[in-house]
Amino acid sequence: MTAPISTVPQCCGAPACAQETNLPPRAGVGLKPEHFRQIVETWPDLGFFEVHAENYMVDGGPFHHYLTRIRERYPLSIHGVGLSIGGETPLDPAHLDKLASLIERYAPQSFSEHLAWASHGEVFLNDLLPVPYNAQTLQRVCDHIDQVQAHLKRRMLLENPATYVEFAASSMAETEFIGEVLRRTGCGLLLDVNNVYVSCINHNRDLHATIRALPLRAVGEIHLAGFAREHDADGDPLLIDSHGSPVAQAVWRLYEYALDRVGPVATLIERDNDIPPFDVLFAEAWHAEHLLRAADRKMRAQEIGA
Amino acid sequence: MNGQQEFFEALLDPEQPPPAGLTTWNGSDPAARFAVYRNNMVVSLIDALADTYPVTQELVGEELFRAMSRLFVSAEPPRSRVLAFYGESFPAFIEHFPPAASVPYLADVARLEILRVRAYHASDADELPTDAIAQALADADGLPKLLIGFHPSVGIVRSQYAVVSLWAAHQGVADISTVDPYAPENVLVIRPHLDVEVIRLNAGASDFVAHLLQGASLGSAAELASLAHADFDLAGILGLLIRAHAISSMKTSRRTHP
Repeated sequence: MTAPISTVPQCCGAPACAQETNLPPRAGVGLKPEHFRQIVETWPDLGFFEVHAENYMVDGGPFHHYLTRIRERYPLSIHGVGLSIGGETPLDPAHLDKLASLIERYAPQSFSEHLAWASHGEVFLNDLLPVPYNAQTLQRVCDHIDQVQAHLKRRMLLENPATYVEFAASSMAETEFIGEVLRRTGCGLLLDVNNVYVSCINHNRDLHATIRALPLRAVGEIHLAGFAREHDADGDPLLIDSHGSPVAQAVWRLYEYALDRVGPVATLIERDNDIPPFDVLFAEAWHAEHLLRAADRKMRAQEIGA
Repeated sequence: MNGQQEFFEALLDPEQPPPAGLTTWNGSDPAARFAVYRNNMVVSLIDALADTYPVTQELVGEELFRAMSRLFVSAEPPRSRVLAFYGESFPAFIEHFPPAASVPYLADVARLEILRVRAYHASDADELPTDAIAQALADADGLPKLLIGFHPSVGIVRSQYAVVSLWAAHQGVADISTVDPYAPENVLVIRPHLDVEVIRLNAGASDFVAHLLQGASLGSAAELASLAHADFDLAGILGLLIRAHAISSMKTSRRTHP
């Protein structure tokens, strides 16, 4: 794919922010230890790899060995799951330092984190927990993102969450909240289309209206993943963001809807549980790659027509 | 809602009701939805323990392992955002877990498993070239004062039980029916490059390595090992350490100089 046209604003609100989000507008997959050897033996044709930052906060060994080799050949996205940006307790400065070292070592094209909290006091909860959308949370989240961007000296992407409950204390819609965080901090959006789908079903929101209401001009990466299907106490569907199955057809359709509005943007196939053989993820990534190419052609046709 | 403190407490304690202030679009009981968070947290942490302790799980079966892990998770939730080493105190927990008392070797097998994870992620280091080792060992006067620096991945487990044989039987490299779990075994764990190796040591050799790891000089470690084990073979264990690429540095102790 040639001549990517980035719709990402190449600036950010943090004062010392020099880095840009520039993953190629291609498909990538999450890097799993199960696939290390196959990747360095076959060098598959993929746009990028993504890793969870916390998995690589170890001193040495195969994780760093393989990531170093893979980084020499591919763009990289580092995706954090432990910062707890939505947390009421302060960000952990030691964790921020570790993140800064990892980013310095691997010079990723993108760093992203979640609109969620994952720790409380000393305890790490290993889950992405929801926040109420109100002025108080907005201030806290923006302060934390400012702190992260200043510390890492780069713009980050914030991922929209998959949630199972809502809060009486919320005073604004999730899309409005995210738009305001991006406006105030200059961070970009990691548009998780599966999370949009899961949250819309779980909270009876309109899928297309939700996509349209998000700050699409600031999308720096897209995530696609699979969900699990359960039911709530009234028997209505409750979807779980499990990352343990292939991307659902409905999510592929919503992805196409988003691509028509966002244009081609780096897209990750996320899989964290029940890891299949690499070729299965590769095939899913190539499905995304074809849709990205179609979106690119469509956008060019529109430009010529305009 | 009384902030994240209330959410947090309800998350860790299944006996508590969900935090106040949760809503659902259809008016359904938020408890069922809140339970998803509780379950995600507990199950993901139990899975993390199962990843680190696969043989421990096989020895007691999945049901007992997960029940034991669930209690461990609520007693000792992670304090670090890096989960690779979550459950380092799990072997000690197992040791004092009454339902596992009929499997007395379980805690030591778990110690071997966490040591393998430690070795897997340990710092990388070059081994000392063989000619440098040979040169240091050839200096008869300096030999007793030599301090041996090990590769950062090196660790040992000394057990009253057959930890290595039990572990090996679950890797498909030994027959479990031939293992006497009550035969004492000792093991050296090392990851010289990409693969973690598990090497059996006899009692004298493990004593010697344990003293070296605690900072003893070669002379005093050998002396202590010989006193405790009549069959201690210094040349044998040095050869094994060299072949295992376990030695990263050798220097003469300054403390023994006048």
